[in-house]
Amino acid sequence: MVNKILSEDKKDDGIKLTKKDGAEIIKTLDKSEPLYKYASVEKEKVKVKLKLSEEKINKIKEICKLFDNEAGELINILHQTQHSLGYLPAEVQEVIAHALNVSSAHVYGVVTFYSYFTMIPKGRFPISVCTGTACYVRGAEKVLDEFKRQLGINMGETSVDGKFSLSCLRCVGACGLAPVVLVGEKVYGRVSPDGVKAILDAYKEV
Amino acid sequence: MEMIKLTIDNKIVEVEKGTTILKAARKIGIDIPTLCYFELCDMKIENKPGGCRICVVEINGRKNLAPSCITEATEGMVVNTHNIRVLNARRTVVKLMISDHPFDCLVCAKSGNCELQTIATKFGIRDIPYKGEKSTYRKDTSPSIIRDIDKCIMCRRCEMMCNEVQTVGALSAVNRGFKSVVAPAFEMDLEKSPCTYCGQCVSVCPTGALTEVDHSNDVLRALSDSKKTVIVQTAPAVRAALGEEFGLEPGTSVTGKMVAALRRLGFKYVFDTNFAADLTIMEEGTELLGRLNRHLSGDSSVKLPMLTSCCPGWVNFFEHNFSDLLDIPSTAKSPQQMFGAIAKSYFADKIGVKRNDMVVVSIMPCLAKKYECQREEFKVDGNPDVDFSLSTRELAQFIKQANIDFLDLPDEDFDNPLGESSGAGVIFGNTGGVIEAACRTAYELHTGKTLEKVDFEALRGMDGIRSATIDFDGLPLNIGIAHGLANARILLNEVRAGKSNYHAIEIMACPGGCIGGGGQPFHHGNSELLKKRASVLYQEDTNKTLRKSHQNPHIIKLYEDFLGEPCGHKSHKLLHTKYFDKSDEVSIHE
Amino acid sequence: MAINQARKLGLLGQNILGLKFSFDIELRYGAGAFVCGEETALIHSMEGLRGEPSFKPPFPSVSGYRGKPTNVNNVETFANIPVIINQGAEWFASIGTEKSKGTKVFALAGKINNVGLIEVPMGITLREIIYEIGGGIKDGKKFKAVQTGGPSGGCLTEKHLDTRIDYDNLVEVGSMMGSGGMIVLDEDDCMVSVAKFYLDFIVEESCGKCTPCRIGNKRLYEILEKITQGNGTMEDLERLKNLSAVIKDTSLCGLGQTSPNPVLSTLTNFWDEYLEHVTLKKCRAGQCKALLHYDIDPDICVGCTACKRCCPVNAITGDKKQAHIINQDICIKCGACEEKCAFDAISVKLEKRIHTEHGND
Repeated sequence: MVNKILSEDKKDDGIKLTKKDGAEIIKTLDKSEPLYKYASVEKEKVKVKLKLSEEKINKIKEICKLFDNEAGELINILHQTQHSLGYLPAEVQEVIAHALNVSSAHVYGVVTFYSYFTMIPKGRFPISVCTGTACYVRGAEKVLDEFKRQLGINMGETSVDGKFSLSCLRCVGACGLAPVVLVGEKVYGRVSPDGVKAILDAYKEV
Repeated sequence: MEMIKLTIDNKIVEVEKGTTILKAARKIGIDIPTLCYFELCDMKIENKPGGCRICVVEINGRKNLAPSCITEATEGMVVNTHNIRVLNARRTVVKLMISDHPFDCLVCAKSGNCELQTIATKFGIRDIPYKGEKSTYRKDTSPSIIRDIDKCIMCRRCEMMCNEVQTVGALSAVNRGFKSVVAPAFEMDLEKSPCTYCGQCVSVCPTGALTEVDHSNDVLRALSDSKKTVIVQTAPAVRAALGEEFGLEPGTSVTGKMVAALRRLGFKYVFDTNFAADLTIMEEGTELLGRLNRHLSGDSSVKLPMLTSCCPGWVNFFEHNFSDLLDIPSTAKSPQQMFGAIAKSYFADKIGVKRNDMVVVSIMPCLAKKYECQREEFKVDGNPDVDFSLSTRELAQFIKQANIDFLDLPDEDFDNPLGESSGAGVIFGNTGGVIEAACRTAYELHTGKTLEKVDFEALRGMDGIRSATIDFDGLPLNIGIAHGLANARILLNEVRAGKSNYHAIEIMACPGGCIGGGGQPFHHGNSELLKKRASVLYQEDTNKTLRKSHQNPHIIKLYEDFLGEPCGHKSHKLLHTKYFDKSDEVSIHE
Repeated sequence: MAINQARKLGLLGQNILGLKFSFDIELRYGAGAFVCGEETALIHSMEGLRGEPSFKPPFPSVSGYRGKPTNVNNVETFANIPVIINQGAEWFASIGTEKSKGTKVFALAGKINNVGLIEVPMGITLREIIYEIGGGIKDGKKFKAVQTGGPSGGCLTEKHLDTRIDYDNLVEVGSMMGSGGMIVLDEDDCMVSVAKFYLDFIVEESCGKCTPCRIGNKRLYEILEKITQGNGTMEDLERLKNLSAVIKDTSLCGLGQTSPNPVLSTLTNFWDEYLEHVTLKKCRAGQCKALLHYDIDPDICVGCTACKRCCPVNAITGDKKQAHIINQDICIKCGACEEKCAFDAISVKLEKRIHTEHGND
């Protein structure tokens, strides 16, 4: 299935053709649907397929080779690949499975087990709200709600302009600053719902 | 061997060190209920993730309950398998499972055969106090297998079968926690996965999460259509297991009753796939000899070993995984497809029925046969050689539905000309049977001598990979046999690496061969039962006067009247096929 | 960085300090799975598999990473080793209690004045930690409980303040040392909600391999959710107890075996709060939004419309200079109006409001 485009139908309204990092995304879903959500989605509704560039495939193979194409190094390989490509869509997983001589089902099983790995591209500025206990008791939930409201997206989603994505994490070890919000690598402490707008504004012009 | 003593429910039992509590208990007749645990001991197949927690027991001095299926018995251990704490825990666990399970038992394909249902009945579960979200997934229907994973209880048996026993790698546990489930990569349809439709996942699924596609309604419709001539063929392994569905002892042959039942169901002609098995031997045996002779005369381009190609699960497997070796398998079609091709040409002409007015139904121990008969290359102008393939289980259901008292039926004989078969055709259902049948014919064709001892004991047995050297009057013929696709992969990797010195290899996808097929009555992990089925076929072979395929008079006549010679022009057109590279559709799995 | 420095100095790697002894350290990243704190799951993760735990025995010390004997320990444990080597085992053993030697690092957080990481000798009391090191409860509120041990731990109350903290004592009072987390809760925290919060985490982090943890914790969470919504019954409380006991008793690994602890310890120590939620439909901390409503006192309200204008869902109606009314069916209980009201006319009522035609009875 690698390198094959499932659907090239371009008449439909739902189709979006974006070129980003050399990956062509052909989409025949309505825009509200997440890119990969095969479970509990009606059959035929899902027709998403990426065409990976030769360059990307080589990059992935290189990473696999760095770890001797050793299946036991899958977690390391997934880390590096996600670091390099931003996310791990199905096609990328297939290339990895092929290189490591394991089934794609196995790779997918591992990717979906760990919350760090994502099959959806993150926003340019990934926002992570800490919902560890210390932050929770100091009102992290309200902060999270405010982010959702202002961005108009839910947890695990990316804003339409591709700028922000929203997720939560458990404890960054800065409980003293609770509640804590991360935008990329930058840490914001003692965030209140009122402070959400200011944080977002700082990235609006970037 | 070190022995240890322990006490289970106040009874003392002595077992080998390393024995689990479950096995120790079973030794003294205490049957602890299990769900995820699964074993086919003769095949060295075992699934014990310790996940379902149904088999928990109390051990004196231990803080929490222990899963008996994986906890080893130790000297002096005191175990209680049914006190209030244990029973309450088990009941609660079953209630939890059911709380995330559809309540459609009445209309579930697995009703009556469901292990979860059996346990719920045994425990007397009357209410489910834990209500909440249930997992919902879409149903996935492939040509052979239906996945209704709302009913998955995460026993992981299918995952073990698919990955360890078959190394197909179509299924894996995916997601985490409450959302975890067993699914193909990217939760796509089975059809888009490397699934071979061997059906071993179906044969071990304790619930209705994995079932076969039921074609009995299509058959019923054809039978009630007066314009259609509906004929049926039955595979060898079916007669060895069908009786189990009607309460007969495993190992009871029901060939005569099966024929009678099919006639009463309204099939115009009841034929035997064994006839086509004899035909397969003629073609495959001739092909083997042809390749062998070219090899002996120094033709270096000839491909050896030759692989058997009767098993559609196996064919799917090598098309996906060994596409570089597509010229090695015999080009002979499987008996099911040979039968269909002959029925819709030779036989249809003979009785003056047009191809499109004939419906060929097959009764198979197999789910991959459902896919096989739908392959495009087995159709003529869109009309398939075999219209519908029913599993042994579907046939049993069909007979019950039609109010036929199976046990009371007289023994009847197959119709002719496509009902006569030799003993060689019968043993096709056992692992090693195809190659043994081929040897009987190839020996005589090659040497021109009569084979006195027709039973090749060296080719029989249940070991996953077997090999034997057969003396073809001075020519030592190296035979390899594998059943279970993991074993097949080992032999094929040897071939790929150029390290194989076999002349011929027989491969069957299912453990035990067709007798353990994905369409057979559920064996529930009883490997004795598989051995009994195998013995039925060997017995039927022994009872036949005709033991060699090339001696089947109707086969001889078929060649005289219609086909000409084995591997001749007409045979090639009707009885041989080609294979397709499907490797780009899937990833390789080692 | 430290590893690289050590390698440069020849303290790590082949033939350390010219001796025949070779030893090296490599850091591996996890990929976000709480259950991988369980040693067998951790090893599976390192082997490129799903981080599902497996049955012990065999223990990792016998057969672990790639089938080799493996020593699995926390960083904190390893960090103790240099100190013990330098100062001697006797010195180390002189700190702490009879059974728990040495010191312990806690992450002190929550409603407390001084938050942060603290290293204290074993055997210290909660009171010393909270009031001396932590500087007491924030904003002068009343201490309610302290949650120790992370999601698998339990909640301790005022009566445990003088318990000496060591491994055994914590387990005895229904909690555990666990991660070393110590979250201080005050009177504004609802203990049912706290239990629910932890179960939410457990449900998210359960690996799904065994039935009690996969489905049982989900059902626990759903029952707690039902209670915080004001729909709980006495039977639900019984179910919580039985289910918690069975999950502890039958789960495959440490995660499942301890996952009901937050429920069990709050049931034991804060039974009254559960009862209030179920029978009176009241949340004394005012955390369960379904169990409270905002009310405008018509005698105080001057009709300034400030509340009406700030309401994000337009739940407040009323003409200028007339007493305003909150439509309870629309109100999302955000509390904005209460904050805005300059006359203190709006207040929270800690009971469930029965919805009526107008949302106001």
